[in-house]
Amino acid sequence: MAIKFQKSDKPIKIEGAHDMPPMPAALGSMLFNKTGSWRNVRPVIDYDKCIKCFICWKFCPEPAIKIVDEKPVIDYDYCKGCLMCVEECPKDAINEELEGK
Amino acid sequence: MRLTIPEQEIMSPGHLACQGCGGSLAMRYALKIFGKDTMLTIPACCWAVIDGPYPYTAVNVPLFHTAFETAAIMASGIKAGLEVQGNTSTNVIAWAGDGGTFDIGMQAISGAAERNDDITYIVYDNEAYMNTGIQRSSATPHGAWTTTTPVKHYKKGPKKNMVEIMAAHRIPYTATASVGYPEDLRKKLERAKNTKGFKFIHILAPCPTGWKTDPRYTVKLAKLAVQTNIFPLYEIEDGLHYKQNMKIKERKPIKEYFKYQGRFKHLPEDEVSYLQDQVDKNFEILSLKFE
Amino acid sequence: MKKTMMGNYAASWGAQLSRVQVIAAYPITPQTLIVEKLSDIVADGELKAKFIKVESEHSAMAACIGASSTGARAYTATSAQGLALMHEMLHWAGLARLPIVMANVNRAMAPGWSIWADQNDSLSQRDTGWMSIFSSSAQDILDSTIISYKVSEKVLLPTLISFDAFFLSHTVEVVDMPEQELVDKFLPPYKPEYKMDVNDPRSFGALTDEQYYYEFRYKMQEAMDQAIDVIKETCREYEEITGRHYDLIHAYRCEDADMIMVTSGTIAETTNVTVDTLREEGHKVGNLQIRYIRPYPKKDILAAIGGAKKLAVIDRNISPGYSGIFSQELKSALYNEIDIPVRSYIAGLGGRDVKIEDIKDIAYNALEHDEPNDLIWKGVKK
Repeated sequence: MAIKFQKSDKPIKIEGAHDMPPMPAALGSMLFNKTGSWRNVRPVIDYDKCIKCFICWKFCPEPAIKIVDEKPVIDYDYCKGCLMCVEECPKDAINEELEGK
Repeated sequence: MRLTIPEQEIMSPGHLACQGCGGSLAMRYALKIFGKDTMLTIPACCWAVIDGPYPYTAVNVPLFHTAFETAAIMASGIKAGLEVQGNTSTNVIAWAGDGGTFDIGMQAISGAAERNDDITYIVYDNEAYMNTGIQRSSATPHGAWTTTTPVKHYKKGPKKNMVEIMAAHRIPYTATASVGYPEDLRKKLERAKNTKGFKFIHILAPCPTGWKTDPRYTVKLAKLAVQTNIFPLYEIEDGLHYKQNMKIKERKPIKEYFKYQGRFKHLPEDEVSYLQDQVDKNFEILSLKFE
Repeated sequence: MKKTMMGNYAASWGAQLSRVQVIAAYPITPQTLIVEKLSDIVADGELKAKFIKVESEHSAMAACIGASSTGARAYTATSAQGLALMHEMLHWAGLARLPIVMANVNRAMAPGWSIWADQNDSLSQRDTGWMSIFSSSAQDILDSTIISYKVSEKVLLPTLISFDAFFLSHTVEVVDMPEQELVDKFLPPYKPEYKMDVNDPRSFGALTDEQYYYEFRYKMQEAMDQAIDVIKETCREYEEITGRHYDLIHAYRCEDADMIMVTSGTIAETTNVTVDTLREEGHKVGNLQIRYIRPYPKKDILAAIGGAKKLAVIDRNISPGYSGIFSQELKSALYNEIDIPVRSYIAGLGGRDVKIEDIKDIAYNALEHDEPNDLIWKGVKK
């Protein structure tokens, strides 16, 4: 029986060869890797200015911007802080905040 | 809510691309269009790492990692394996960087194109061997700094014209695209998905790490490359019928594109004007082919 | 059904009877007849397979890997330079644990250009994780192809079947072809647990760091160890339906032999005949034919050597700077186990014929001398 692929955001536990398929076949999702820790500047959407054009969503390379209730919402677990959304926002509706302040 | 590209996300976040990676944006778009009934093969390139280390993956479609020079033939082999088992619907994509396409993968891509194998070959072109640390490839443009073309000895000679080479194979569909224009890219991916035979899509994918740019400018640069005619958007049917997809009313000077990029910072004025001349000439020749 | 055929065609028909589904190949002498025949077989609709006419051997192996990763049965054939060009992908097939079967017509490496028999090509691929057979007759080639798919698909390791250029590839022999129904019963369709499947999307072969790479190598070795029993079991099953016996080694008149010659490929067949002649002369000699060099049948070899007093290895190959490769393998197997002199002979490189008289000379030389010797060039014109 093939080892089941785990779709969650939890790391895979491997103790040894007996937990591994014969070949390097993936067992889980990269979702466990919370790349939000890479970020030093945080993009913050100002919903008063946001016109819901979803350009920020469109250009997010992670993707770390979700559409929730017809609004773009940044998922800070994964946002790496490239700030492409800030640059591309036609309404300057995304502000930059330094992390760790 | 009006979205210009499909809402479905197949690629997961958590992947290992650098901040502002044009290549990961390209993959996100490709999977949105091609959907779940897709298989990928990826040779050595940034994406060999981006997808994540064993035992993880981020693309959520079957992916076979392969040797540097084999993207095209690996896809052909996968397609043949599926077809002989009665599966003619699954899309098979060879997804490679510029080094794996323009250089070491040239033989296999030419073979698969000549046989007109039913696969889509997508090159996400970041114009150097970025994964190994920014060495020049034959996709590196004239003038660029890389770690093997230092500023005192920057890349001389033009970027290899891969699109023309593919068109010369008379494959059913060849196109250029830019991550700066996802709506245009979407049409091309859909076209490739619905065309039988060998499809080649050349996507310009800016690389903040290798181009020495601020990650926030990836999309801006992907657009500027088009707006300056450095990377015109067009498609070719059967290697013969050229169609321009985005007409640039007033092309911007290449300086506009260069100024954001550290890799061109060393270029003297006369070299920049030589390059401007080259870009304009290249576009003039290309324009003659547009129907 | 008995048919006369060249060794090459025995490979083609072995592949056909195994119902291979994807064939990818590139022309190289003396292999080309194998895939020419297969392209006819596929074109005539006698085999439901895709034949990809690739642009290089490197791509031939890559295509087989791609096809096999989806669960299709894949086949290719090559020789010498072609096999060398595949080298990178042989490792890939091995570590991806794909049960591809490939024929390699043993041909000398260039330069100078040579198309003639020599085992250096396949022995250079010894450490790629492939099971590796040296066949010695057309029947052996056909049967080994069918048996190898079953073994490979069980242990998830590819198999390389090598045989000598022209001496076997182009020599016509009588071959008993098993009925397709019989083969179908023996060799069911390949159903891997892990494969490229949109309903179970995984990546294969991602960046694998030291935490895990080591264990994958360990698992490969486990599979090789397990393969020894699987090969024996599969050969027994095959014998039940065909009456033909195969094993990892073939020991001929070794039981009471004082001196055993250790051989492979077509030289083994010639040596069997020579052994009969030498026995008539009163020499108690035997012939130990090594069929599998990977997995290496150490236990079987030691058992077959039994109480012999001396060994003479004949290698149609050389590891320059040391000695013949079968000889090295044999000596490492003997170490700490059996302490008898080994005399190692090189013969027949680049297709030079190794006749009964040559093997007799080697036997006499080995019978006369009791001291071990790592490297004796039989028939070299110094």
